[in-house]
Amino acid sequence: MSLDSKIPDGPLAEKWTKHKFNLKLVNPANKRKYDIIVVGTGLAGASAAASFGELGYNVKAFLYQDSARRAHSIAAQGGINAAKNYTNDGDSVFRLFYDTIKGGDYRSREANVYRLAEVSNNIIDQCVAQGVPFAREYGGLLDNRSFGGAQVSRTFYARGQTGQQLLLGAYSALSRQVAAGKVTLFPRTEMLDVVLVDGKARGIVTRNMITGKVESHSAHVVVLATGGYGNVFFLSTMAMGCNGSAVWRAHKKGAFFGNPSFTQIHPTCIPVHGDQQSKLTLMSESLRNDGRVWVPKTKEIAEKLKAGEMKPTEIPEEDRDYYLERIYPSFGNLVPRDVASRNAKNVCDEGRGVGETGLAVFLDFRDAIDRDGVDVIKAKYGNLFQMYEKIVDDNPYETPMMIYPAIHYTMGGLWVDYNLMTTIPGLYATGECNFSDHGANRLGASALMQGLADGYFVIPYTIGDYLADMPYDKVSTEHPEFQKAEKEVKERIDKLLNINGSKTVDQFHKQLGHIMWEKCGMSRNAQGLKEAIEEIQKLREEYWKDVKVLGVNEELNMTLEKALRVADFMELAELMVNDALDRKESCGGHFREESKTPEGEAKRDDKNFAYVSAWEYQGEGKPEVLHKEELVFENVKLTQRSYK
Amino acid sequence: MEKERTYTLKIWRQPNANMKGAFKTYKVEDISPGTSFLEMLDILNDQLSENGEDPVHFDHDCREGICGMCSLFINGRPHGPDEEITVCQLHMRVFKDGAKITIEPWRANAFPVIKDLVVDRSAFDRIVQAGGFISVNTGAAVDANAIPIQKVNAELAMDAAACIGCGACVAVCKNASAMLFTAAKVSQLALLPQGDIERKERAMKMVAQMDAEGFGACTNTGACSAECPKGIDLSVIARMNREYFTAKVTT
Ligand SMILES: Cc1cc2nc3c(=O)[nH]c(=O)nc-3n(C[C@H](O)[C@H](O)[C@H](O)COP(=O)(O)OP(=O)(O)OC[C@H]3O[C@@H](n4cnc5c(N)ncnc54)[C@H](O)[C@@H]3O)c2cc1C
Ligand code: FES
Repeated sequence: MSLDSKIPDGPLAEKWTKHKFNLKLVNPANKRKYDIIVVGTGLAGASAAASFGELGYNVKAFLYQDSARRAHSIAAQGGINAAKNYTNDGDSVFRLFYDTIKGGDYRSREANVYRLAEVSNNIIDQCVAQGVPFAREYGGLLDNRSFGGAQVSRTFYARGQTGQQLLLGAYSALSRQVAAGKVTLFPRTEMLDVVLVDGKARGIVTRNMITGKVESHSAHVVVLATGGYGNVFFLSTMAMGCNGSAVWRAHKKGAFFGNPSFTQIHPTCIPVHGDQQSKLTLMSESLRNDGRVWVPKTKEIAEKLKAGEMKPTEIPEEDRDYYLERIYPSFGNLVPRDVASRNAKNVCDEGRGVGETGLAVFLDFRDAIDRDGVDVIKAKYGNLFQMYEKIVDDNPYETPMMIYPAIHYTMGGLWVDYNLMTTIPGLYATGECNFSDHGANRLGASALMQGLADGYFVIPYTIGDYLADMPYDKVSTEHPEFQKAEKEVKERIDKLLNINGSKTVDQFHKQLGHIMWEKCGMSRNAQGLKEAIEEIQKLREEYWKDVKVLGVNEELNMTLEKALRVADFMELAELMVNDALDRKESCGGHFREESKTPEGEAKRDDKNFAYVSAWEYQGEGKPEVLHKEELVFENVKLTQRSYK
Repeated sequence: MEKERTYTLKIWRQPNANMKGAFKTYKVEDISPGTSFLEMLDILNDQLSENGEDPVHFDHDCREGICGMCSLFINGRPHGPDEEITVCQLHMRVFKDGAKITIEPWRANAFPVIKDLVVDRSAFDRIVQAGGFISVNTGAAVDANAIPIQKVNAELAMDAAACIGCGACVAVCKNASAMLFTAAKVSQLALLPQGDIERKERAMKMVAQMDAEGFGACTNTGACSAECPKGIDLSVIARMNREYFTAKVTT
């Protein structure tokens, strides 16, 4: 099968407009004859489901939480980008496009990223109309801030709760369509497989998480908006339930997986405190605007700190290494996420890390407080400081904060064409679960933008093009393909419940996370990756022999839910490692130790690796086949990133 | 390092909605003060699993105080003994070594127990479906800066919009009233010009749905706001009452 990205021709700035005109339309009176399944009600799913409902389609929306308002989009803090240029500081659609493609280290498609920048402004308009209370200035107009080291102020925000407010906006639009009878919600329902009939996606198999009932749902088209798979690593900033099952099941049914190894590691998270920890908490990136990152100059001082013989505040200036400022004099503490993360790891590897585990660096506000006064710092970061104190029991006004990188976002996901359709006809993927717009590294405040762009302003158009050619006939869930998929799901559940082994699901998950973090995390090399593959295969084998899943299927059984997710992570992890092994260059969040400059910085290899990896599943135990979508750059010049 | 601690837990166990529940007592040991409350329950669950006993079911997801999924009634208080946090943000350092901790589900007629500590809060969704939105279709919006909004109102709207829909307000109220939740949404939208056109209808419909769901009446005791993890202010209730009564008089 060959890859067709369906990028329209013509000048960059005209592609989307032209494409929209060329897309086939479904007559308004006929829309009600089509059923659409949307899996996921985060920004990407809720916005799509609401918009489909408004257009007149019949929508069924599925989610694993108890309410659509709780999807993990709710946790985004910082903000959402748009090219409004309300601040008159030189922003434009082209600049937002340029920054995003450069930030992604030139591993995304020009046409997709340009479209994203183009519709970004509509998103802000839409959200304001829904009643999203964005921050405003005294004149009553919207406020903007600069985020993630951007040179312009283009980030819209709602206090430290932007994701929450955007999601509640989409949730209210969705609720309106539920009331109108156009959308039916299926909360606490987990999708466990997609069903293809005559080569087209025609439905899904789900498990009702309260009754355990395995059921089929049929439709004319299926949209996945199931978020990221960062929980492969066990510890991450993702919610506990975030999973890769929906995309993995789709992959096994024929959807290619794009750039699976591209993972974002966020530099400012609260460090791990012990082996009982279940999840990591992000501290907003904005802290790096005023905080200075440092560790002790020597291992000896670090040891003394750990032993409690010294306090951080007692370390004299000459014994501190402000390593980001030292190595990157022009960007200093504001280097991009991947650079900041890698350097934190380096200094900790040298034994200069701080905190109980030695896996932390300081983020110090002493100088900012001296310069601006406590009140100014409190006004800016009060909430964050309070949150930190609640978790760590340390007062960041008096002693430096401690931070460490953590898994935060997956740029990889299902491969989609310009219409957001996967390689399975009739199966679409939107939001974090597709691979589309962020290349090898995502810029701050651009995931919210992408989720809403996909859901409000892209897929409502592109889905019509596909449906326009579809007959109205419905497929019965009695169809043998549905029956077969249901049977497979039930067998998988029974198998897990009957192993009755000796290790808990979490113990396995932690082990998997450990392999991934050590060997396919911030820094990767061929040898480690090869070891990881073997270790994952062994662990997976052990899992299916020795995992302990208590209870029965026919009731709320959270162990079973987890067991099903971890089983899929065990397979997805191996593909991530294979992808990392294939990509011998360093780019964005993917750092291959074999590919670095003499100073130890990441070195991209555009000659050999300017492609999107799209992996095709071949069957149980068989190596996957790699397809390459060559990336063509006509509007930007490829440069090596430098922050020195 | 601080010393590890031991606790006695008295936890509500209920196999499903149709069966009766009862308290069961468990012991956990070696809990470090930096462990979060939910991680302590994870440890208990690991222990139970190893012994072949069904783990204690409780709702949780983000574990950072924003999704509103976690919902435990601890020693008589929703989200436990700390101010303006959710239970996932609660840490064991606030409980003394050897303490006895009672853990119950939210209790309200409108929130039936599903299992153990997990309850059904879909009534909240239905209240929002009744009118907690502004009727604007995708694509129909004007430029975001076309309608300026006074900063004070935008801030007040944001204060109200911070609600995470956890249901602590209902759980703590002796009447199991959902006034704070409903009023927060009504207030947010009433404070914004975009929400002005539908304000009467919205207040009427949301209040009617709230009543239909079986939530109790509000007698202004203020416990809801005092226990709200996001500090939603009681003034939202006053604002909703105004909205509601003006709507009643004029329609
Ligand atoms: C702590 C944090 C802070 C962030 N801050 C920012 C920020 O400031 N700016 C920014 O732009 N981005 C930020 N991001 C990233 C951004 O929030 C996410 O990438 C984005 O919200 C993902 O949206 P989504 O709709 O694709 O997925 P989600 O919001 O994760 O939604 C996934 C949906 O799929 C459902 N689902 C998943 N699996 C299944 C299944 N098997 N069956 C049924 N349903 C399923 C879930 O129930 C849920 O409804 C942040 C992320 C985190 C974790
Ligand atoms: S788990 Fe999300 S608020 Fe507690």
